[in-house]
Amino acid sequence: MPERVHEITLTVNGTVRRAAVPGRRLLSDCLRHDLGLTGTHVGCEHGVCGCCTVLLDGEPVRSCLTFAVTVDGHEITTVEGLADGGRMSPVQRAFAECHGLQCGFCTPGFLCTVTALLRKNPAPAEEEVLEGISGNLCRCTGYQNIVRAVHRAAELTAEES
Amino acid sequence: MTTKLFGEPVQRREDPRLLTGRGRYLDDLGPDALAAAFVRSPHAHALIRDIDVSDALDVDGLVAIYTWEDLPGRLAEPLPLLIPHPALTHGRTAFPLARERVRHVGEPVVMVVARDRYLAEDACALIRVDYEVLKPVVGVEEAAQGARLVHDDVPGNVGAHLVQQAPSADGRDARELIEDAPHTLAFRLDIERSASMPLEGRGVYARWDADDSSLRVYSSTQTSTSVRMAVAAKLGLPLPKVEVIAPDVGGGFGVKIMHPWPEEVLVPWAAMLLGREVKWAEDRREHFVSSAHERAQVQFVRVGFDDDGRVLGLEVTILHDHGAYTPYGIIVPIITSTQLPGPYKLGAYRVEFSSVYTNTVQVTPYRGAGRPQAVFCMERTMDRIAAHLGLDRTAVRAANFIQPDEFPYDQGLTFQDGRPLIYDSGDYPQALRLLKELIGWDGFPARKAAAEAEGRRIGIGIGCYVEGTGVGPYEGGHVQITSDGRVHVSTGLTSQGQGHETVFAQIAAAELGVPLERVSVVTGDTRRFGYAVGTFASRAAVMSGNAIALACRKVREKALRIAADALEADPRDLEITDGVVHVAGSPKAAIPLATVAVLSNPLRYAFDAEAVRATQFAGTSSPDRPPVDAGDEPGLEGRDYYSPIRSTFASGMHAAIVETDPLTAEIRILRYAVVHDCGNLINPMIVEGQIHGGVAQGVGGALYERMVYDGHGQLLNASFMDFLMPYATEVPKVETAHLQTPSPLNPLGIKGAGEAGVIPVSAVIASAVEDAEGIPIARMPLSPSDLFDLRRAAS
Repeated sequence: MPERVHEITLTVNGTVRRAAVPGRRLLSDCLRHDLGLTGTHVGCEHGVCGCCTVLLDGEPVRSCLTFAVTVDGHEITTVEGLADGGRMSPVQRAFAECHGLQCGFCTPGFLCTVTALLRKNPAPAEEEVLEGISGNLCRCTGYQNIVRAVHRAAELTAEES
Repeated sequence: MTTKLFGEPVQRREDPRLLTGRGRYLDDLGPDALAAAFVRSPHAHALIRDIDVSDALDVDGLVAIYTWEDLPGRLAEPLPLLIPHPALTHGRTAFPLARERVRHVGEPVVMVVARDRYLAEDACALIRVDYEVLKPVVGVEEAAQGARLVHDDVPGNVGAHLVQQAPSADGRDARELIEDAPHTLAFRLDIERSASMPLEGRGVYARWDADDSSLRVYSSTQTSTSVRMAVAAKLGLPLPKVEVIAPDVGGGFGVKIMHPWPEEVLVPWAAMLLGREVKWAEDRREHFVSSAHERAQVQFVRVGFDDDGRVLGLEVTILHDHGAYTPYGIIVPIITSTQLPGPYKLGAYRVEFSSVYTNTVQVTPYRGAGRPQAVFCMERTMDRIAAHLGLDRTAVRAANFIQPDEFPYDQGLTFQDGRPLIYDSGDYPQALRLLKELIGWDGFPARKAAAEAEGRRIGIGIGCYVEGTGVGPYEGGHVQITSDGRVHVSTGLTSQGQGHETVFAQIAAAELGVPLERVSVVTGDTRRFGYAVGTFASRAAVMSGNAIALACRKVREKALRIAADALEADPRDLEITDGVVHVAGSPKAAIPLATVAVLSNPLRYAFDAEAVRATQFAGTSSPDRPPVDAGDEPGLEGRDYYSPIRSTFASGMHAAIVETDPLTAEIRILRYAVVHDCGNLINPMIVEGQIHGGVAQGVGGALYERMVYDGHGQLLNASFMDFLMPYATEVPKVETAHLQTPSPLNPLGIKGAGEAGVIPVSAVIASAVEDAEGIPIARMPLSPSDLFDLRRAAS
């Protein structure tokens, strides 16, 4: 028997998007496969690795632990929405400058997490940075350059504001 | 060379794409493809009595269900045994879908194809497999006892048995020298299973073009060329009708060099059969129970040494757990047994391993590939010798080092490439001096005493290694300069985050004298380059880097020849700067490479204004010679291969200071120092990044990661909730210093760097904890509860 689908409306990266999803459709799958925003990645599907982190009304959430129907009417920001037009955000530029990524698979989750972190705490101390990214796994970088990138992003944001 | 790019910390050219969500990973492709999912065995060892699919047939969106009985021709045979070896007398590989019997939890039994993954999994859940459950073999020692068998026709569960001996200069063997030594020690070491665990799992996506009878396969693999050969062979397709592409790959660390995985042949087969695009993306639980693990070994050590700690004889017997099948042969225990001597000249060495079957996930290389176990063994041995003699641990190592004037140094063993294990270059005494300085080795006893006075326990540890990198047989590079002045570089091996697009572009730009922005690099796409081996064994920079450099040199020579004709100059007087060929010291006599590219291709038809120069009435070619000379080719392009006589040997030494909590037995790494020698550096920023990442994985292996199997062969911690990979909060800041001892074996003087960081970490942490606690550490990983138990046993 075909599954019942629900019409939902989301504002994704500033654009109103509609999708018809079964109740069990994960937000990560909805973004990736229904809306074609494949920048959000899925690393574990049980909410531990943080690859799928997106911003829901500005707050970081695991999109693999969120049903798409539950965010009907809400605002989502994904990695595709972080840049300001053609210019990468300070967080994105800092990651490039500090070599804060290798394979790039966990990176969208880190970028969303760090974007939210720096909005709340524009100049985090070392311990606050570690705490802030301690819900995201990276298997490539050993985190050292990610930590540097967070500090650098804070500097860039301060310089440019 | 006018453009200084080689050796510079150039920012990565991959990053803008990966930072803005425009990377293309396997599951980002084929939005309209059908989805495959698998029914996998819930039992470690069982006979399949029946498979009942009737309930699944009603699932909405179901397209097909396949079991072993549906597989045609060579697809129904066992998967290839990739690396045969005479000592692997009982190699066994799995069928793509289980035939009659399953030998580990997670083995694929049924493939389902449906409209999407949710529906495919619905169907999987409704398929009933009737198993007759057998008692499994779990753990290397149970396997070695041979009371129960994983394969009925493999007596004692022994897949392979190999002995290698390097006798002393006067022909005496290790056992004899150990017997006669003034001091001897014997002990046992244990290392647990871990796994590569890239954040992107495996995945395959296939498109069959019925009009063209051709197949295009995308796979998250470390070797697209070899997957292509395997798919063509298994499906009976002509090789030119199959192309395999590795798109952006979300980490590999070894597990993706294994191939062809069952899914890599089954998904393309289903795509052909159904005439539809089919895709499978592994989920995390599947990765835990159906991809590969590594590391598990038990080692028995006997060593004889003199009063200065010089090793007179070393004998190591290794039990290696290779899991249920041996598709990758016995590369891992071969590497353990041959890299074990490290930077030392041992009086005589004897190593013996038995590689045994267990009803667990198969074992194939994970970053370091047997070396972490080797270094754990050798370095634990060095520390035990030092403790026995009351000597400083670095003094014992220094007494055993191969000296800088002793290269090339023949260890007298056969390495993983079937070639003599001969170290090409290195400077171990200098590396030790740098490391001791970096970590403050000599001042540590005072620091330790001060900490003790405050009731704190700290300890310092060290570990040294030599790593064979850049193994053959070969890699190739192709370089083409087009008439717009752009440089297109391709190589067949693949990338999983190492920054190849950047470092290969640096090499090409430096060799050709062109701006970096004009160079683009493609890896892992058989449409662009069909001959390659793959990315593993820290070989990409050495192998493809040198091949690309050699191809560039060919192109450069041709460019200078054509430019010399056009400028009526001697090619020996020409240089290339910023993409312009000019007479040295006379910048006006110049011709852009773009124009040279036009002239390199004699034309009948002018497709644009620039091309007019190369047409037949333009007067640019001599009427006395054929437009394309004998032995020449049209176009400004070149292809070359690099095939080394043997591996090049990188080396390094790490040291750490740890603190252990007297009450909770928690272990904290206070400092971590690395001295690393991978020859000439192409991009120091990228090399540092590789070291950081390697050390983090090493910390995981030393303190956190283990695959916990119960007696039934169930993997109890098959999720990121329970398999503990380090977060930012667990990884120390890595302090690095570089030595650059060029390799004499290759034109660029480089050695591999990819695996180095992970190799000595378990040894270093064990050394440091032992120093802090005064309790011998003989197993890894070491959790707080392990340390707590060791303390209780020691008191």
